[in-house]
Amino acid sequence: MPSATLLGQALISGVLAGGMYGLLAMGLSLSWGLLRLVNLSHFALAFLSAYIVYELGTTWHVAPWWSAALVVPAMFGIGAAQHWLFDRFRVNELASLLITFSVAVILEAGIQLYWTADFRRYETPYATRSIKAGPFFIPVLELALCLVAGALAWGTWLWLRKTFVGKALRASAEDAGIAAAYGVNHRQLAYLLSGVGAGYAGIAGTFIALIATLAPAEIWTWLGVVFAVVIIGRLGNPLGALLAGMLIGASQSVAMAIFSPAWAPVVSFSMLIVVLLWDPEWI
Amino acid sequence: MIERVGTWRRRRVLAGMAAGAASFAAPSISRAAPSGKPVKVGGTLSLTGFLAQTAAIHKIAAEIMVEEINGRNGLLGRPVEYVLLDDQSKPEMARSLYEKLITVDKVDLIQGPYATAPILAAMGVAQRYGKVMIQSSMGIPKLQTYDRAFPATPFGPEPDKTYPNVILDAMASIPTPPKTMVVLTSKFPSAQFMAKGMQKEAEARSVKVLLYLEYESGNHDFGAIAARVKEANPDFLWVGSLGLESNLLLEALRKLDYAPRNHFHLYPAPGPLALSPDGDRALCSTFIEPDEPFMSRPGMKRYAAEYKEKAVKANLPYTTIDAQACGMISEWQILETAVNAAGSLDDARIAAWLKAHKVDTIYGRLRFDGPYNHGDAAQMIKQVQHKEWKVVWPKEFAAPGVKLIAS
Repeated sequence: MPSATLLGQALISGVLAGGMYGLLAMGLSLSWGLLRLVNLSHFALAFLSAYIVYELGTTWHVAPWWSAALVVPAMFGIGAAQHWLFDRFRVNELASLLITFSVAVILEAGIQLYWTADFRRYETPYATRSIKAGPFFIPVLELALCLVAGALAWGTWLWLRKTFVGKALRASAEDAGIAAAYGVNHRQLAYLLSGVGAGYAGIAGTFIALIATLAPAEIWTWLGVVFAVVIIGRLGNPLGALLAGMLIGASQSVAMAIFSPAWAPVVSFSMLIVVLLWDPEWI
Repeated sequence: MIERVGTWRRRRVLAGMAAGAASFAAPSISRAAPSGKPVKVGGTLSLTGFLAQTAAIHKIAAEIMVEEINGRNGLLGRPVEYVLLDDQSKPEMARSLYEKLITVDKVDLIQGPYATAPILAAMGVAQRYGKVMIQSSMGIPKLQTYDRAFPATPFGPEPDKTYPNVILDAMASIPTPPKTMVVLTSKFPSAQFMAKGMQKEAEARSVKVLLYLEYESGNHDFGAIAARVKEANPDFLWVGSLGLESNLLLEALRKLDYAPRNHFHLYPAPGPLALSPDGDRALCSTFIEPDEPFMSRPGMKRYAAEYKEKAVKANLPYTTIDAQACGMISEWQILETAVNAAGSLDDARIAAWLKAHKVDTIYGRLRFDGPYNHGDAAQMIKQVQHKEWKVVWPKEFAAPGVKLIAS
């Protein structure tokens, strides 16, 4: 039986890793839940952002936070432009899956063309810093990621629940026709939401650049687990996505601490199957 | 994606001839520019997908060799055209593409792809058509059951038995030999195969294996694994890693304020680990490094310089020649020697010649008459010292003034 320290450390590591799942899942959850578009290019946009942050940091010595200030609006623009194309060609839910997969593959090829297939690593002094709390260690970057993800999830949830625009978005997702009858311009709102989702990919990409090592094929690394997170967290629910991410991260990590680490992927997908079958009200 | 390398130009031939003048090719081969119909040599590499980082190294090495061979006398006096396809790191794609190369492109010869899984897939096709297949990166020799498949890298027939003992010999030589170890491995077949061997050989030599852990290939979350390693606190950590997994593990350990004592990594990405702040004194498998005594081997200085030049041009971040590149160089050296010596493009004759002869390669003289067409094992250990890989074991292959440093 593992020690309490090992279990506690595994739990901390898992929750923090889940923060990344949640952050990546948020934009995907919004576009899938509120626009009925399954945007696989979200992962590619996150990695494109990561590469840009890496390039700005290593070549021009731009601090990652300033890079994020450039990357996030740029991604917002790309997201909105992407939605214009979806709207223009009346792309439906299934077609969006295929089209955005193709976009992701094209972006992956573009990334490889410019940055090569080789690994890229953005070394920063704070990459491996940790805060010591009793017998436990809390990595600084992952903690920052979780705080940012938490603020975004909470802010987005409030925006969707408490503001007119958020309510209009939710109404459009329920029934665009009826919402339009009440004066809601769902097309403009969809551009806004697509931009926000892609902006979240930009934020996720900034952290990916700081935490992970980059390679074009890594775009697909988190695809399975993030999809599980989106579904467990409920479509269109950013807070649910973050909590589901942390739940899966923690479960995987504790499984790694107790059993063989090879069992970790089994945990997330078992949870997904349970949620889909059981469909609990409280999620 | 099709790349054709070697549709030769005069500049290439002249450059190759200059290089070839200093080469160690058999003196019986006349030094005339090749002419006539090109000999088509087909192959795939994982130019995209999760194996692309290493395949990029293989591609550069292959280009160097095709240019060099064409700068000498080609194959049987004819220029070589390398028909290179992208298997996307997918074995099933490799299988289809080798089928295409042989039946549609009508290549005269084939060269193996990179990595165990694509090699196994391609080997099935090679066997169906009776083609000789030389490969440089299949880590499980016992799976090479096709009698016309030849290894270009000296793993030896049982690396899961021989290499762990090389590692344990090295560890036994340090002032405080390890009494305990943790074996941590990816489930990637060749890594897992070596990890099982390491566990068995360590226990046979009374080194206690505190933990044997397997993780899913491509795992990115090493937090909990690092916590387990820290809690076990072994004298020696053996990691069956690929690509960046070692970097991720060492970073996760550092976040827990833990630095492993004496840590070995099986197949890591060489550049990122050497340059990592956590990589100092990391140990790793190798067959050759750009240092003495290897730099004195025929052609090695030239290959190292050419590799660097091409890697810079290809915008690769790590431009030093390594065992991966040398594996591909060896592959082409074996093909060139065998074809020209057999005097034929006939696969049966080439295979028969290889089984009966030794070939001088960048790895030294290789033979193919042992189990699974393997010869002697020649795996070594290198260590990161001052952000550079240095061979440290066996001692006779260590660079001048370089010693294994315990940590």
